[in-house]
This record gives sequence, C-alpha cells and structure tokens, in this order.
Amino acid sequence: MAVDIVMPQMGESIFEGTITKWLKKPGDKVERDEPLFEISTDKVDAEIPSPSAGVLKEIKVGEGKTVPIQTVVGVIDAAGDGAGAPKAAAPAPAPAKAAPPAAPAKPAVAAPPSAAPRPAAPAPKPAAAAGTTSAPAKEGQRIHSSPLVRRMAKEHGVDLSAVPGTGAGGRVSKQDIEAYIAAGGSLVETEKEIEPAEADVYTQPVATPAAPPPAPRASAPPQAPAPSSGGQAHVAFESAVPREKMYFGNYELQPMSVMRQRIAEHMLASKHVSPHVYSVDEIDMTKVAGLRAKAKDEFEKRYETKLTFMPFFVKAAVAGLRAFPTMNASLDGTNVILHKEINIGMAVALDWGLIVPVIKNADEKNILGIQRNLNDLAERARTKKLKPEEVQESTFSITNPGVFGGLFGLPVISQPNVGILGLGMIEKRPVVINDSIAIRSMCYVSLSYDHRVVDGAIAHKFMHTVKEALENWNEPVL
Amino acid sequence: MANTSHSPATNGHAGAPVTFLEAIKQAMFEEMQRDPAVVLIGEDVGVYGGAFKTSEGLLQKFGWERVIDTPISESAIIGAACGMSYLGLRPICEMQFIDFIVCAFNQLTNFVAKGHYLWNAPAPIVVRGPSGGGVHGGPFHSANPEMYFVHTPGLKVIYPSTPYDAKGLLKAAVRDNNPVLFFEHKYLYRRVKEALPAEDYTVPIGKAAVRREGKHLTILSYAAMMHNSLEAAEELANQGIEIEVIDLRTLLPLDEETILRSVKKTNRVLVVHEDTRTGGIAGEIAAILCEKAFGDLDGPVFRVTALDTPVPYSPPLEEHFLPNTQKIVAAAKQLAKY
Repeated sequence: MAVDIVMPQMGESIFEGTITKWLKKPGDKVERDEPLFEISTDKVDAEIPSPSAGVLKEIKVGEGKTVPIQTVVGVIDAAGDGAGAPKAAAPAPAPAKAAPPAAPAKPAVAAPPSAAPRPAAPAPKPAAAAGTTSAPAKEGQRIHSSPLVRRMAKEHGVDLSAVPGTGAGGRVSKQDIEAYIAAGGSLVETEKEIEPAEADVYTQPVATPAAPPPAPRASAPPQAPAPSSGGQAHVAFESAVPREKMYFGNYELQPMSVMRQRIAEHMLASKHVSPHVYSVDEIDMTKVAGLRAKAKDEFEKRYETKLTFMPFFVKAAVAGLRAFPTMNASLDGTNVILHKEINIGMAVALDWGLIVPVIKNADEKNILGIQRNLNDLAERARTKKLKPEEVQESTFSITNPGVFGGLFGLPVISQPNVGILGLGMIEKRPVVINDSIAIRSMCYVSLSYDHRVVDGAIAHKFMHTVKEALENWNEPVL
Repeated sequence: MANTSHSPATNGHAGAPVTFLEAIKQAMFEEMQRDPAVVLIGEDVGVYGGAFKTSEGLLQKFGWERVIDTPISESAIIGAACGMSYLGLRPICEMQFIDFIVCAFNQLTNFVAKGHYLWNAPAPIVVRGPSGGGVHGGPFHSANPEMYFVHTPGLKVIYPSTPYDAKGLLKAAVRDNNPVLFFEHKYLYRRVKEALPAEDYTVPIGKAAVRREGKHLTILSYAAMMHNSLEAAEELANQGIEIEVIDLRTLLPLDEETILRSVKKTNRVLVVHEDTRTGGIAGEIAAILCEKAFGDLDGPVFRVTALDTPVPYSPPLEEHFLPNTQKIVAAAKQLAKY
C-alpha cells in the first residue's frame, strides 16, 4: 500500500515549507516515525518523521524546493519488506550522516530571525505618524486594503500601517485613507525631496539586475538567485555594487538557506525601523561566579541539568524589566505596547544559523526553572524539534557573544522588542576597590535599545538595576 | 417595481404613457412603414397577433407577404430570415418565447454570426422575443439565454429595461447591418409605462445609461433587475449610501467606457443580473475591471444573480431562485462597508 508523505503544517500561519534535506534515498527502508526529511519554514527548521513503516518508493519534491503545506513530497510503499504489521521496536535513530552534528553549539551574538507579527492594536492617530516611511511589506504584517488604496498610498506617500482601518476586518478603505490624508497624514511633499533610491528601496521590489557584461576570465555571473519563498526579491538581497564586480577569480556559490534568508531580512528590517543606541556597563560577577562554582556540581546531581551563568542574567534582566516597563515593549505605529508578560528570547547559535527560542513568563520562574527551560529549548533548537510558538512572543532578548570570547558585542534588536542585552566574556580582571587593586570576575554587558521608545536615562537606569541585581545576588540556587 | 419615473425620456414627452409591449409594437410598425424591406417572421405573429400581442394589427396593415406565420421551427425561422437578408430584406424574427432561440443555435452561431467575417455577407436580421422570469413561467418559458450569444462574436445583444429604450433600440436594431438579438423582459411588458416622443427616434446600440448618480458604489444591471436596482438604491439612499445605477442596455458590445468612468468615481461595483450566476455577464465585467481598472477598485466586484439551476416551477422556489430588491440591498450594504 502506497502512503503519501506530505509537507506538514508547522504552525498556524505557515503555508509552505522548504525541503532542506532528504535523510533517506528511494529504496531505503524506514520505520514509522523515523526522521525522513528535514524542512525549513519561516519559523523553524524541523525533522519530519515518517508517516509509516515501509520502503521509500519515490521522492517527488527534491532538496531546496519550496512547496505549499499538504503537498505530497514523496511516497512510501508500506507493503514493502516486513511493513505489513506495525512493529513494536523503537524507531531507529536517524543515520549519522544525515543528522546535524551533535557538538553543542553555544548562544551567539545577533538577533533572531523570528517574524514580527503585527498584533491587532488600537489604531494610532494619523497626524502623529508623519515622518515614517513605508516599512518593507512582510509576511504576517500584511495590511488589508485594496488596489485603489494602495495606489492612493503610493501617490500620497502614506504609510498604510499608520492608517486606521474601519472596513471589514479592519481593512483600510478609500474613506479611511481619504480621511487620513485630509488629516495631514500624507508625506507627499517631503517624500519628493528624498532621493529615489532611498524613497523606493523599501516600497518597491528589487528589480532583477540587467544581464552583466561578460567577465574577462570567468564565465558570466550566474542568474541572480531568487529568495526561496515569497517570490519577490527582498531588499535584504540587494547588492551595493554591480553583480559582475563580485565574481572574480575562483569561487564557489553557496545558496542561502531559508533560515539564512530570514535572518538577513529580519536584520535589515530591524536596523531600518529601529534607531539603535548602545550602552555598555561593566558588571562584577564575582559573587555570582562564586555561588555558581560552589553550587554547580550539587545542582547537576540534584536536577540533572547544568547550571550556567545564563539564568542569573535572565533573572537580573527580569528585575530591570519589572522596574522599567518601557524596556519590555513593542512599538505599533504611535502606540507603545507595554507587555505584561516578561518573555525572554535567548539567541541560540546553530551550526546552520541562529534561532531565538523564548523563555515564557521568565518572571514567574526561579533559577532552576529558567535553567531547565533554557537547556530544553537550546537542545531542541539543535535537534530541530522546536515548535513555532516557542520562537514567538518574546518581549526582550539576551544574546551571549562572550561565550565565543567576545569582550562585548553590540547586537541588533530582535523585533518587535525594543531592547537586547549582549553579554561579554566573564574573565578575571584587576579592578580598583577602595583604592586597592583586586582581582574580580568582570563582564561587559551591552544594551542595544530602540531610541524611538527608550531614552538614554531609562536605558542606563535599567542597566544599573541589572548590575545591582547581579553584583548583590542573594537568591539561593539550590 | 412598476416605477416608471426613471427613464430620461419620461419628462417632456407628450401623450399618454405606453407599455413596454406597446413600445415594441410601435417600433415594428414604424420601421415596417419606413422601410419596405422590413418583414416580420415567426410563430403566430400574423393571424393571432403574437403570443403577447406585440404584432397585433401588423398583418392587416402590411399583408401576409411581410408578416409571415411559420411552422414551429425556430431553426427554419432564423435560416429563412438569414437567406432573406442576403437577398436584401431586413427581417425581424420573433421567438414566441426566447427560450426556444436555442433551437436555432446552429443557425445563429455558425451562419448568421460568421457570415460577415467569412464571406462578407452580413445578415441584417433582428431576433426578438419575450424573456426572463418572475411570472411563474417555469423552466421552459422564463429563460435568460443572453450569454450564449454574448459569447458569439459577430452578434449584437440588446436587453432594454424601459419602453423608451425598447422602442429606440429596436428601431436601431432594425437599421443595423449586423445580426442583433433583442431580449424583451416579459415581466416589464405591462408593468412599466412611459410617454414616448411623437417623432421618430433611435437609441444608440452599445451605450449604457446612467439611471441614477451616486458616489459610494455602482450597480451595473439591465432589464427587469435594473428596476430592482433602482429600488435598492432608493432604499439605501435613506441610509446614507449613494448608489450610482447604470443600465447596460446593450450587452454586446459592452459600453466599457461608461462602466469604467463610473468605477473611477465610486470604486466599488455590484453587478446585478437575473441570468444565472456562472458564466453571467457579471463575471465578464469583473474580469474587465480587473484588467482595466484594478487600481480604481476599493473592494471586490460583487454579484447578485439567479442561482445556478433551471428556473423553478414552484412560485416560492422561483422567488428564492431570482434576485430581488432585498438581496440587492443586502449585497450593496455589505460592499459599501467592505
């Protein structure tokens, strides 16, 4: 009996997925639930288990192809060798060659590729939104309007995301945009003074570059690659120099993975919408380091999970976020959304990219709870077992360039947050205390924040709270 | 429905208001009188004066050579008329009920429609007959078969809604050198009346008429549903929704210019027709708007049409099957707040 293998739906807003790797060849035997292929979607990468035991008969969708969910990507012959009766045996592990390398990757600097969904929020007042330009249209951020409204928005230089929609389901109608323009929301006067390159770069799809002249030595540059999904070239893949100038000598072309593309898009979008400001503080971690050194063996024995510095930083960040709620926020038009949950996104470096799983309700957890949550998320990130909801709804994030030896890093904000902490390396340094030189475990901690929402005073007070919490740590860990 | 105040011709024309039927009869009478080449051919058009009495008195006036009763064969009527037209006559063919026009489908689509293209032999014939439902005529006497022919290049298709237009367009059809199909909605025959000009006049083929001005949305309709559309517009005017109602009048060729001008103004379009939904003119109009006015649309093109079934016998079922004023009001409201 032939059993269809379909592209699964990995989360509610996911409509397509890319097959990144087949772990079996046609003719290979598979057990039920044995990993069969790997996919990459906008939200997560995952291994997809076999729907049935049998023999992989046919691969219909090859590696690198993006298809809608429920598309049949292959067929299993369930009547194949010994597959008639369900087996009691545990599923065999994936072949070693196919599985991602098991070496534990460490959290890395940079912000996450998670999409920034636009929650239904109270509409901002039109007049106050002047001065913004259209952000790049993104999935999950789609504004419902109409061909007419989009045309009018373009003609009048109106950012549709700032226009309150009163049509069915919040759609921006002709009347809405007319009212908005009448209220002074149009940017058409100022927009005209902006150089076309700047004005259009986020509102128009990148044109496919004209065929470059033939290179003298090598053959002509290959066809400009298209992003794996979405169809339109994203501005993140625009080149600053003509394409033919990039191809010289010997080279190898490596197509970006879907995850890599999403990271690129997200990074550029974040830098585009958020004016980043950076502050760095030096924190004395001696007390925490001592506590951890004393407790870590017992901690691991008792709870069967490793104790790292990370939960201390999470708890300290929570203290700062509680004291300064504007750090735990998102910006929607001219409304600041102050989140009541404190959900901390933790950047996890992977051999094939980066993902930011989220510790939900971090303020309700103790050191053990955070550490367990963190280790579990990081482990499942590396084995591609994260669920889409586990990389969503962060309200603040932390990344750890120090683990790779960085003195400090200046990370890009993970949207839709307004701040991200970057942790530097913890090392012993001579410091002056009461006019004497002492050896202390020191750490540079940086904060990148969105100056639209957060000013320097708040940012520094927040950092001070984090510093105080860590330097005067008094919560037991065992 | 019998609101007769919509036609631009109502005011200023002397004389008693006449029915749609009377307007048809006047048009045929005047054209036969004007041009000896015009003849009438059909079932019971002579002695009996037509099933709906549209040709009453014509036999007495013009004689049996010009008012010709035929056997029950629509194919023969059209075929004969086509031959007559090649020999210089300008026949008007009556289908006793327009439903039966499909019996002459081959004659119309393969010969009449193609003659001009293939061997430079235009067939200046008019095929007219009572169409449409709402009078409990059942599945064989209520049809709206216009779209079979709108899909046939080489024909012209007219479907008027007022006595003034019926007369003016029928006279224009008789004078046109192309084959013209002329649909007369039988619900309107005795229900709408208006005073007509005393002098000779025609209404141009291929021109729609703006029956009511509005700015919030446009209803495109024709024939009986044009009147329901006007009623709906009236009702919604009281709720602050100003609807522009356009009477298409001619379906082939379609007056795209008038349609596009209105869409540019109102940005929302509802097409109302009594024909069944799938393959109706509304779909064609939606496609034209997508191609030529996409940037003017502030909402999807909505349709109010009959259901995709034969016209039911049962009066309650027929009521359910047909569009009506309330269905138009509901769709227009939904579109207005889309």
